Amino acid sequence: MDYLYFPGCTLKDKTASIMEKTALTAAAALGLPLKEIDEWQCCGAVYPLTEDEFITLVSPSRTLYKAQRKPVVTLCSACHHVLKRTGVRLAADKEARDKVSYCLEQEYPGETPVLHYLELLRDELGWAALKEKVKAPLEGRRLAAYYGCMLLRPAKEMAFDNPEKPRIMEDFLQALGAEVITFPFRNKCCGAYLAVTEQQVMEDTANKIVTMALEYGAEELTTACPLCRYNLEQTPIVRDGKLKISFFSEPLAAALNLEEQEVMS
Amino acid sequence: MQNQGNPVKKLHSEIMERSGQDFYKCIQCGKCTAGCPVVSAMDLLPREVLLYLQMGQVEKLMNSKTPWICASCFTCGARCIKDIDLARIMEAIRAKILRPRGANALSPGEIPKELLQKVPQQALVSSFRKYTR
Repeated sequence: MDYLYFPGCTLKDKTASIMEKTALTAAAALGLPLKEIDEWQCCGAVYPLTEDEFITLVSPSRTLYKAQRKPVVTLCSACHHVLKRTGVRLAADKEARDKVSYCLEQEYPGETPVLHYLELLRDELGWAALKEKVKAPLEGRRLAAYYGCMLLRPAKEMAFDNPEKPRIMEDFLQALGAEVITFPFRNKCCGAYLAVTEQQVMEDTANKIVTMALEYGAEELTTACPLCRYNLEQTPIVRDGKLKISFFSEPLAAALNLEEQEVMS
Repeated sequence: MQNQGNPVKKLHSEIMERSGQDFYKCIQCGKCTAGCPVVSAMDLLPREVLLYLQMGQVEKLMNSKTPWICASCFTCGARCIKDIDLARIMEAIRAKILRPRGANALSPGEIPKELLQKVPQQALVSSFRKYTR
């Protein structure tokens, strides 16, 4: 079965291409081909939180309507968050549905499932099957998972994992053969878009997370959010090379032993 | 809408309607504040935002830095024992300030060029969604 793939704005940036290329190459190697949605449009990056704001639902809805109930897979946790919550809202809120359908000049097709790549690995492939496909286990690499916010909260809508005690990323790293480090701030916000308006606040917040990860013995922190990755990289600990930050598809491609040429082609 | 004659009451009910949150349910336990990752940069604590809403002192919130520091990480809402989604209240306060024409809190020219070149698009799209109408 082919899955529709929604890349979003950040993964298409040249400096971020390693995140997308490792993920797509790994998906093909795992027999989970991802087909990029034609003429996709930015999801808006944040989900509108007021009851009377409908226009910002149109952009993520365009992707959901286009998919016509076929599962849409994302790599970026913010895209996943916005698309999933928009889908939940459209299914439950007739006023939102009617307004969006009017703007898109299309009938509401019903609820389109939205999956994060990690859910695809957990629910469609399974950890045992992933483990079998691992050719170069990450033995001796002390990896910690950093979830951030968007995948987990609000739990009722995201229905992704336990928001205070998640395990999907640890299970993932375990399947890759890494030594998994669990640390207390793995679901604490990194400062998000304050990277633009309040850089010092973001850096203080990100610092607490990397300091804690280092204290717990991690040598690499892996995340599913391109903005978390960037924010964590702005800290002195990471700049000094004491801790590495990776996008989750990088250790995945390494464990599957996908040659650099193959990944970059 | 109710209370059309009194501007403070009107603002108060607008925030309740737009956020969809009943802030009178708050019992001031402080879990939102304890878990907030950016509270140290706020001039009003998350708990105090709810308190001032309950007391009808909405103008304090309109002049506060707190709604602009909130990064919508949803930790407060996840831990609230009364199921109040405070991130939605922060957004309703920002919306009240941003919606009048020309009231944007961020313009592209304010972002240093050096930052523009390295920050991920996701951060830019998010900021403009959050700080402009």
